[in-house]
Amino acid sequence: MLAWTIYISFLGAAAMLLLPKGSVLSARILALLTAVAGFALALTSFLEHRTGEMQTITRVSWIPSLGIKYYLAADGISLTLILLTGIIAITGILFSWNIEERTSEFFAFYLLLIGAVYGVFLSYDLFLLFVFYEIVIIPKYFLIAIWGSTRREYGAMKLAIYSFVGSAMVLIGLVATYVAAGSKTTSLSALASFPYSHHFQMVAFPLVFIGFAILAGMWPLHTWAPTGHVAAPTAASMLLAGVVMKLGAYGCLRVAMTLFPLGLGPWSFHVLGLGSWRDVFAMLAVIGIVYGALVALVQKDFKFVIGYSSVSHMGFILLGLMTLNQIGISGAIMQMFSHGILAGLLFAVVGRMVYARTHTRELALLGPMNLNKVIPFAAVTFILAGMASMGLPGFSGFVAELMILLGVWHAYPLLAIFVGLGIVIGVVYIWRAMQKAFFSDVHTGPPKPHEPIPPISLPERLGAIILIGTSVLVGIYPQMLLNIIMPALNSPLFEGLRKGSWQ
Amino acid sequence: MTSFPIPVLSILTALPVVGAIALLALGNRNKNLVRWTALAFSLAALVLTLILWSHFDTISGALQFQERNTWVAPLGAEYHVAIDGLGLLMLLLSSIVVPIGIFASWQIQDRVPLYFSLVLLLQACLFGTFTALNFFHWFIFWELSLIPAFFLIRLWGGANRTKAATQFLVYTMVGSIGLLLSFLALFLATRTFDFADLATLAQHGQLMPAVIDKLAWRHVTPDHVAIIVFTGAFLGFAVKVPLFPFHTWLPSAYSEAPTGTTILLTGAMSKMGVYGFLRILLPIFWPQMQVVLTPLLWLAVATIIFSAYAALAQRDLKRIFAYSSINHLGYCLLAIFAVIKFTGGDAALTGEKYAAMNGAFLQMFNHGLTAATLFWFVAILEKRTGGLRSLDDFGGLRKVAPVFTGLMGIALFSSLGLPGLNGFIGEFLIFKGSFPLVPWATSLAVLGLLTTAVFTLGILQRVFYGPLNSQWISFPDLTTRERLALAPAIGLMFALGLYPQLVLAVVNNTAIQMVEHFKF
Amino acid sequence: MTPINYSELLQLALPQVIVVVTALVVMAIDLIALRKRAIRIRFTVASALASLGCAAAILQILVHPAQANIFDGMLIANPLTHFVQIALLVLTIFTLLISVDSRFTEHVGEFVLLILIATAGMMFLVGSQDLLVIFISLELLSLSLYILAAFNKRSGQSWEAALKYFLFGGMSAAFLLFGFSLLYGLSNSTSLTRIAGALHGPSLNPLLVIAIVTTALGLGFKIAAAPFHFWAPDVYQGAPAPSAAFIASGSKVASFFVFFQVMALGFAGVNGTVTLSHLVRGWVPVLALMATLSMLLGNLVAIRQTSLRRLLAYSAIAHAGYMLLGILAHTQQSLAALLYYVVTYAFATLGAFAVIAVVEEQRGDDRLSHFDGLGKQAPILSFSLAIFILSLAGIPPLAGFFGKFYLFVTVLAATPNPVDLLWLVVLAIAMSAVSLYYYLRVLKRVYVTPPAIDCNAIHSPAVTQILVLALAAAVILLGCAPNLLLKWIDSAVQASGL
Repeated sequence: MLAWTIYISFLGAAAMLLLPKGSVLSARILALLTAVAGFALALTSFLEHRTGEMQTITRVSWIPSLGIKYYLAADGISLTLILLTGIIAITGILFSWNIEERTSEFFAFYLLLIGAVYGVFLSYDLFLLFVFYEIVIIPKYFLIAIWGSTRREYGAMKLAIYSFVGSAMVLIGLVATYVAAGSKTTSLSALASFPYSHHFQMVAFPLVFIGFAILAGMWPLHTWAPTGHVAAPTAASMLLAGVVMKLGAYGCLRVAMTLFPLGLGPWSFHVLGLGSWRDVFAMLAVIGIVYGALVALVQKDFKFVIGYSSVSHMGFILLGLMTLNQIGISGAIMQMFSHGILAGLLFAVVGRMVYARTHTRELALLGPMNLNKVIPFAAVTFILAGMASMGLPGFSGFVAELMILLGVWHAYPLLAIFVGLGIVIGVVYIWRAMQKAFFSDVHTGPPKPHEPIPPISLPERLGAIILIGTSVLVGIYPQMLLNIIMPALNSPLFEGLRKGSWQ
Repeated sequence: MTSFPIPVLSILTALPVVGAIALLALGNRNKNLVRWTALAFSLAALVLTLILWSHFDTISGALQFQERNTWVAPLGAEYHVAIDGLGLLMLLLSSIVVPIGIFASWQIQDRVPLYFSLVLLLQACLFGTFTALNFFHWFIFWELSLIPAFFLIRLWGGANRTKAATQFLVYTMVGSIGLLLSFLALFLATRTFDFADLATLAQHGQLMPAVIDKLAWRHVTPDHVAIIVFTGAFLGFAVKVPLFPFHTWLPSAYSEAPTGTTILLTGAMSKMGVYGFLRILLPIFWPQMQVVLTPLLWLAVATIIFSAYAALAQRDLKRIFAYSSINHLGYCLLAIFAVIKFTGGDAALTGEKYAAMNGAFLQMFNHGLTAATLFWFVAILEKRTGGLRSLDDFGGLRKVAPVFTGLMGIALFSSLGLPGLNGFIGEFLIFKGSFPLVPWATSLAVLGLLTTAVFTLGILQRVFYGPLNSQWISFPDLTTRERLALAPAIGLMFALGLYPQLVLAVVNNTAIQMVEHFKF
Repeated sequence: MTPINYSELLQLALPQVIVVVTALVVMAIDLIALRKRAIRIRFTVASALASLGCAAAILQILVHPAQANIFDGMLIANPLTHFVQIALLVLTIFTLLISVDSRFTEHVGEFVLLILIATAGMMFLVGSQDLLVIFISLELLSLSLYILAAFNKRSGQSWEAALKYFLFGGMSAAFLLFGFSLLYGLSNSTSLTRIAGALHGPSLNPLLVIAIVTTALGLGFKIAAAPFHFWAPDVYQGAPAPSAAFIASGSKVASFFVFFQVMALGFAGVNGTVTLSHLVRGWVPVLALMATLSMLLGNLVAIRQTSLRRLLAYSAIAHAGYMLLGILAHTQQSLAALLYYVVTYAFATLGAFAVIAVVEEQRGDDRLSHFDGLGKQAPILSFSLAIFILSLAGIPPLAGFFGKFYLFVTVLAATPNPVDLLWLVVLAIAMSAVSLYYYLRVLKRVYVTPPAIDCNAIHSPAVTQILVLALAAAVILLGCAPNLLLKWIDSAVQASGL
């Protein structure tokens, strides 16, 4: 049944193209219904599925001569991310209610993207996973290039090329792995249990990992992220930061780490104190955390602040993965969920609630508009989202960061301190942006007679409430997700990792 | 252990939250209704606390009104609340201070519902912090308390509020992150976040070896690992108290905040730090604290002396009282550090330890009460002068406002530690207990005491005596309503000064147990 | 030598015969009956008749699949050749139908005739393993194509392109002939299998080296692999759209197939290797060099193009580079992958040219800026173009992606140690990442950029719409269910025993 999340989205996208021209409202409603249906399916499965173990959904032969199967399955990790996708899909549509230009095309691309994302999270066949993974690129490009804002064509192209380079690396790894394993199957579990040579894993692991990590915004390959986010229309930013970046992280975990666990092992030598790919990526993740936060601290454009904050937060995810202990990896998955929700919310505030009304994102220009009085709902939403995103307890971000930090303490005590630094800077940049945008004291004479700022609309309120509610719910009762994430990590798929250095 | 039929501590914490939501729902139309509703909620909380007190078993002094439920099993998070004497004392203090703060904020005109709902949220966070016994749970309130405090300063503060509020937030956050990291290390080693469990492990000397075992840290010796973990936690509380040299956020935050908020900050929030020292740092990290005891004592002494001298140099009343707050809490820390000077069953010093511990408890309560009252007077003053509050702006107010002078004089003397008023007994016990334990530090701390006397009398001199500043000829004295409102606070000062047993009874057994339990 | 059985020969060559006869009939009808009619009607009738002829040829192959090998491979019929011939015929039909709306010439009959003759040439080309027949049919094909390229007499570009094509083509034919003659001299036979037997030996004869190089050069010219690609951009741009489409699709399929046969069969003993650790001389290194150059040059130069046709030309060079990998792997699987790749590639290219033809017809030329805002004006054409372009870029789930995947897999699997040819695969994948940039630029024009204000509306002919939709559907279908084609190719390759 979960497979229908994919089909419904694709069908919805196809139906969009059949709508008569100019039917704006019906396009919106159709999109919303599609997203809600997908979410309902995801939620039902989530509620039914209490153990987190792997469940096969569909498994039919696809290309028999190559042993490729159409194989969909879900475990706790997939379910968590499917749920995230469902939520973001709905709220993204709510926050795109104001799209008037080429509406049905917009939602067609949007639903295509959503369907592909569902597909990635549900694929249990490497080839299939890759197919869905690449489908994501094209709608992403068009969503930004057509409906975007600042330097949209550049941002879109950069994003597409980075993604494609990343997936090219993955493809190399995929082809090599498939051949090395005897060209018989592309099933993840079969590939994961094949004993590749140590040398092969040492080469293939970084290749595939980096390939996926590009999409996850790993420093120094993150530069597509801020420009892409900034250029994208609100819903696309939400999707990008909310779920697309998670695809990368998901791939790192699901593919790179499970297939090549030995690639994480120590080298026979040390370079700059780094003794394994694991060390290298952990280091890059921490640099990403601190760097992203520092750059966010000096941005003048509101959306860039959020864009770089995503880089910083994605660093947490990668770092969590590199801890290689159950708590750290579970934390990384929690962070995927949490950051998906929160980044979506932050982008919604900045892109939709503020930019769509004020037509500027310059912090210096937003200040004098006295937005905390004009659109208090936006201010409150941003404060709550900011609090959650900087990891204040009571919100989802806290639990996630706490678990990652636990993992890091165990694996890299020294790095934990830098991560702490990153968190502090995170507090500062969120607070700085909030003060400058909403609570600036600068009052340059009487308010300029620019056009009146319309109040926050119902769909926006609804979207914001859904996202905040989710974050708080997960923050207060993380068990809800942990109950299915942690058992999922005990599945045979992660056998190799567990045997390595798993605690 | 008293079993109470209803989850009274949870209700106590939830009450202000409900109040906050109610205030927001009321909206901005009727400001007085909002104010009265806020006051009603804070008084309801006070009543509830008093009921708690009446049911509290002071003889045992152990944890009571316990509620314990599993929360997030993999993270060792439990919903675990209970209070002992210390907790009850803090609850009492918070529920006394918040109504005072609300009274002192009566003249707030801008966004009234928001202001008071933030105040109530802050109160909820205080209650949560003082009742939680599991780090996960406790930390939520500890951190969340920053947010209402931040916005109270940021939105209603003085000219430099942006800087002050940000400084406040960032300093505290840095401390909190250190705290968080340390506790994560502890959790990693022990798989528990429960304060009592951690304390038990520490008591048996198993805690740090477990941590050292878990933290695969290259190039660092085990002893240093322990100290580093301790430092993180220490940082969190030292910033909050604050301890010299982590105090620089405090004077600007206190002076920029609207005075009603300052009351909350100094009366209740600053106690969170000291409370943390007592509830968390001392039981869990006392071996590490012993290792670095001498520097800690120096810090406490420096805090006491420097803040007193800094107060001497200030002109702004709020800044003076801000430094004076630092000074007073310095005594608490002196006592706390003194207690762990000698461990083991040295019976000769046990009495001193009890005294010091009790002194620290009392000092917290008394300082909360006195400082809150003093800032309240500042608020009244500001209301009448349109915000002026520098020492140089006044003079001779005694002539036009004798009642005001008298009552504020009482509060000032209480702050000075005059016998017969509440301030005395706490400081007396601290000095009595600490001197035999750490004579040099205590002797140095006396310098602070003397300086305090100087600047306190200076205030009396410059504001109330001398020739009347012609500006204030028509300075109105306290109104009846103000007198009525102030009366309970002043009365409580006398009551505690004359009959300290009132509070001492609550905490004495807890203090004894703490000293006993950890075999200091 | 067995006596020639002419009826058997006729039976075997019947599909080709049908095509040739159709060509003559169409020509006759056009000249006799339709001389005075409008060009559109003439094209319609001629294309329809010619398509019917091709369909008949397909039917003949399907209904009476002959199995034969006459005169040591001079004429071969087996499932594999049948498959390739059918593919060629299908592509021819599409090419013919695309030209229905063309207006570039009055010599309709001749145009269709030439296309059909070229098709016959291609069919002979793939149905032979004999140097002589290969050369003759190659020339038949080439000469037809030269004329086809020059067919637009009104366009200077067209005949300039044709002249270039002819000059380079003639030269390469000379090289090829030289190579073939050396081979004959070395082996005393024109049959590929016999040549392979004769060439078997540990060391490379210098003459053999020359033979390898010149053969590769001659065939490399046909597939437009670097460094023998110079004709391609001009011809792709200058030739009339249907001719260019035909050159880019059908002729590619035939050439790649024959290239594979010549190399894998004829030079079977002198493969050589190109593993990173050591390089053994043989034809594989020559092809590896060509592949590398093609991939690099094709992709990098394509970035700079402003004409869609030239862009497709360079992309064709790049694709030739990828496909050369399939030849140098020379296993059964890689042949299957190569066939899958080249057929789906031909579909996509053909479709793209069909769309270009429409736009060009109405906007003057194929400058990229003429495609601005096409998405609004001609949604179906644009959608199909997007599908073709994305398939060329190798985006799943389109056929181009699976083609690449399968090709690379078979290349890696060709050597016992999968890492041996990895560097070539890595290069190919890296370059295909580069290619996305210029492909996306095309799509950006179509969907993102608003149309120029003064441009006239695009009228999309119904036939073309149906055709490109059919092609797009094929590209999607073959991508989603590659097994449809793969099953067939696999069994054909197995049966052929190559």
